[in-house]
Amino acid sequence: MKQENMRVYSHRHIAEQTYELVLEGELASFLQAPGQFLHIKPPGGELLLRRPLSIAKAEPELKHCTVLYRVEGKGTQQLTALSPGDTLNVLGPMGNGFPIAEAQLGETALLTGGGIGVPPLYELGRQLKQKGLRVVSVLGFSDRQAVFYEEQFRELGEVFVATDDGSYGRKGFVTDVISQEALSFDWLFTCGPKPMLAALTEQHKAAKGYISLEERMGCGFGACLACVCEPLSPARAGQTFYKICKDGPVFPLREVKL
Amino acid sequence: MSRLQVELPGLSMKNPVMPASGCFGYGREFAPFYDLSTLGAAAVKGTTLEDRFGNPTPRVAETSSGMLNAIGLQNPGVEAVVAEELPWLGHYDLPIVVNLSGAEVEEYVQVAKCLNESEYVDALELNISCPNVKKGGLAFGQDPELAAALTKEVKQVTTLPVYVKLSPNVADVTEVALAVEKAGADGLSLINTLLGMRLDWRTGEPILANQAGGLSGPAVKPVAIRMIHQVRQVSNLPIIGMGGIETAEDVLEFMHAGANAVAVGTANFSNPFVCKEIIESLPTLLDEIGVHTISQLGRDEVQV
Repeated sequence: MKQENMRVYSHRHIAEQTYELVLEGELASFLQAPGQFLHIKPPGGELLLRRPLSIAKAEPELKHCTVLYRVEGKGTQQLTALSPGDTLNVLGPMGNGFPIAEAQLGETALLTGGGIGVPPLYELGRQLKQKGLRVVSVLGFSDRQAVFYEEQFRELGEVFVATDDGSYGRKGFVTDVISQEALSFDWLFTCGPKPMLAALTEQHKAAKGYISLEERMGCGFGACLACVCEPLSPARAGQTFYKICKDGPVFPLREVKL
Repeated sequence: MSRLQVELPGLSMKNPVMPASGCFGYGREFAPFYDLSTLGAAAVKGTTLEDRFGNPTPRVAETSSGMLNAIGLQNPGVEAVVAEELPWLGHYDLPIVVNLSGAEVEEYVQVAKCLNESEYVDALELNISCPNVKKGGLAFGQDPELAAALTKEVKQVTTLPVYVKLSPNVADVTEVALAVEKAGADGLSLINTLLGMRLDWRTGEPILANQAGGLSGPAVKPVAIRMIHQVRQVSNLPIIGMGGIETAEDVLEFMHAGANAVAVGTANFSNPFVCKEIIESLPTLLDEIGVHTISQLGRDEVQV
């Protein structure tokens, strides 16, 4: 984990209230696994806490890493003013990413993302594709304006997009698409709102795979105990709680209470 | 003697800076960032008799220049703290303050007794000001008589110096300060967080699952300075000052107000290196104001 003033390499609007920020710095060489996040200090000075943004693309050879964010409040609003060349105080990489060592050549990975949970699946998909897996993505968004990275995911394999209101792609949830298409897979990787994670877990009771959780965080490195969750089986976990920032944000399926 | 050295009951500190209870866990999370022996001392997480999961999430909400928290004293219980956490932190060269809390007097007493079993505890900090638990905590801090009675009971079962952590959520902080001094407190810590609340402007729903929480960060610093200054007018007890400290300049401001040492809280969350950075900046600042040793700062003794 490092603290660095990273340089903004590029910054662009990619969907309604959603931006892609490419940062440049030494820290980009320290990324260990897809699904890790950067903890970013809002540039305005008035806000104390950092904002956890998951890494959507890692390019260590260029010292670049890409994060996507949706404007939700003051902190993310402040980020929108950044221009190339500006610097941003970043702590990272944080958390445990998606373990992919067990995933084998020739297997199929289903990436299922909802809204701003989609970004970490992109780097994951890139790495899985490189390992020789077949990658299928099911991406859910609220409506047409919110859709992003469809083309990027298409480079990895087959992509299905669903919107809550049906204004783009299929109408409905990612779970609807999976059953309509009768998608089969060896690995399920998912990130998004809790109801989506819960529905997917229910739909695929025996699947192998991992989920990534979102939560409001304080420190991001396990000290403040703001972002805790409960293990499904405390006895098996050997502890009564997990810190999402430090023990997660990625957990095996059926490991935590949703 | 180093120019940053300060001496408080039970705490021989190589500098006046410690991380505040609740903002440092039991130290493990900060060890990757710097050598913990750099610190003047450490105040570890609020400890109760049994393990506590704490409050539901969301547990934090941000405010202008501050944050609200309602963690709810999550901790593994005193037995695990004594067996696993303190020996680990005790390997570093720094005095350890254990913050303890309870729902009733008897629980504080039990926790204090259990802490006698550890060779790694240098002082106790009685948390009578946690706003985030249903029972105990703040209730003791808002009533001078209850606070004094609790202090007396705990003093009876421990040989360790007892610091009482005061709440700002009172009309007159000096009343509680004087009451616990009379009851035998060896020092005071102030301030704990201020009770606050935030609502989602769209729905009107509280942002914290616990509804209200404790406000900390630079937003509360003037309140802390005022209260320390006030207490220093009436008491000669050593004071560990805290509330929104982010810089070495803040540390000197607290010491001018009457603090003998300081605790850094919320700032650790956004900058895990902050304590080390503050400690490194202190000598230059002292040079700037022409002060050789930091313990020279502070207030003259008051006549009581």
